[in-house]
Amino acid sequence: MKMTKKQYQQYAESKADKSKLWLDMFNAFWIGGLICMIGQFFLNTYMNLNFDKEIAGTLTSITLVFASALLTGLNVYDNIAKKAGAGTLVPITGFANAVVSPAMEFKNEGYVMGVAANIFKIAGPVITYGIIASVLSGIIYLFL
Amino acid sequence: MNRIGKQTIVLKNLPKIIQTASVVGQKEQDGKLGGTFDYVIDDGRFGEKSWEKAESKMQKKAVEILLKKADKKNEEIDFIAGGDLLNQCMGTSFGLADFNIPFFGLYGACSTMAESLCIAAMTVDGGYSKNTIAVTSSHFCSSERQFRFPLEYGGQRTPTSQWTVTGSGAALVSDEDGQIAITHITPGKIVDMGIKDANNMGAAMAPAAIDTISTHFKDRNIDKDYYDLVVTGDLGKLGHAITKEQLAKEGLDFKNKYIDCGMEIFDLESQDVHAGGSGCGCCASVFAGHIYSLLKKGEINRVLITATGALMSTTSSFQGESIPGIAHAVAIERV
Repeated sequence: MKMTKKQYQQYAESKADKSKLWLDMFNAFWIGGLICMIGQFFLNTYMNLNFDKEIAGTLTSITLVFASALLTGLNVYDNIAKKAGAGTLVPITGFANAVVSPAMEFKNEGYVMGVAANIFKIAGPVITYGIIASVLSGIIYLFL
Repeated sequence: MNRIGKQTIVLKNLPKIIQTASVVGQKEQDGKLGGTFDYVIDDGRFGEKSWEKAESKMQKKAVEILLKKADKKNEEIDFIAGGDLLNQCMGTSFGLADFNIPFFGLYGACSTMAESLCIAAMTVDGGYSKNTIAVTSSHFCSSERQFRFPLEYGGQRTPTSQWTVTGSGAALVSDEDGQIAITHITPGKIVDMGIKDANNMGAAMAPAAIDTISTHFKDRNIDKDYYDLVVTGDLGKLGHAITKEQLAKEGLDFKNKYIDCGMEIFDLESQDVHAGGSGCGCCASVFAGHIYSLLKKGEINRVLITATGALMSTTSSFQGESIPGIAHAVAIERV
């Protein structure tokens, strides 16, 4: 095979099957939208139960996180995510899945070195950079 | 010298593969080669607490079945050469400890079946052993958690990604009489063409397969139609297409006689495995089951098994390194 590394990478790229971008985006859109609609349903329900908006919002998040964690534990969530992609990744449900799935996976290594040490393996970077971003925006907000 | 050309070893005493055994999971049994395996584990955990233990048990089972089929006792086996994909080859070490057989631990990523057959063939051919077992395994779940994400993590796979085969294959190489012999081996070089995507191992390993196969044909000075079947281990759809096209350019157009175990074991359309199967267990179980039975029945007389491996680690992937590939070729012929 007479090719430079660069030529080979381009050649391999050109022969590879591509992701079905439009189909993936469509699925992400409607499943992600559906999750948000479910969230809105809970928000309305909690507000109808006379919780004020802030508390109703918190309760909605808790409900969605619980549902996502439960579906992860029941081995269902990853099957939905396979179709939905960013549709299940972006809402708060994706974050719950990213915490629960390593917690389940690393049980064999024990509760300390397994579950506790690995629970934020996937969600950790989000938390780290989330905190940094919020500190930075807080400082900017202070001077505005 | 029992060597020809650049890197091919001639096994003059023709060590025989007198028996094989294979163990696979349910998904593999449901695939295109269902029914060609010796034992199917219906539960992925195989009654164990962890996926790693399940993989060890699977490898142990493959060797037990092999010994039973060959009617041999542990003491009659001089060496066992094997490996798997897990860190420090723990699947193999824990699986084979109870056999009390001198052990060569091998890491060749998914090329390990060919590598272990090379070692086994050389020990027998050189007169250092009467019987050597070659064995490898891989398990979808133990590989996922080591190389990728937790099983229940909701992610999407790319079209070029592959599905690790849950399976183990073992072969007994012996100096006894038999019909199926290892005649030549061509250990491969590490070839790195700079592919960095761990979800595209087919493209990363294909250059190594091309290099080893074309070197093998040049070293032996044989025609492209010499083999009834040229087999690669787990290149999948993309790697197979690249290898086929590039070898044809070098005058080795095998047409339909070139197959890839990763594409044979699963039904790519219905089993949701994207580009096909991968893992040490892929080539091992397909060889020990389907291909060995074709040889035994005389439906094919000469086959070149070229197991391919992607020699990356999780550390090298995170550090942005490319994926070095390797491929070892084993010529198996009816004599």
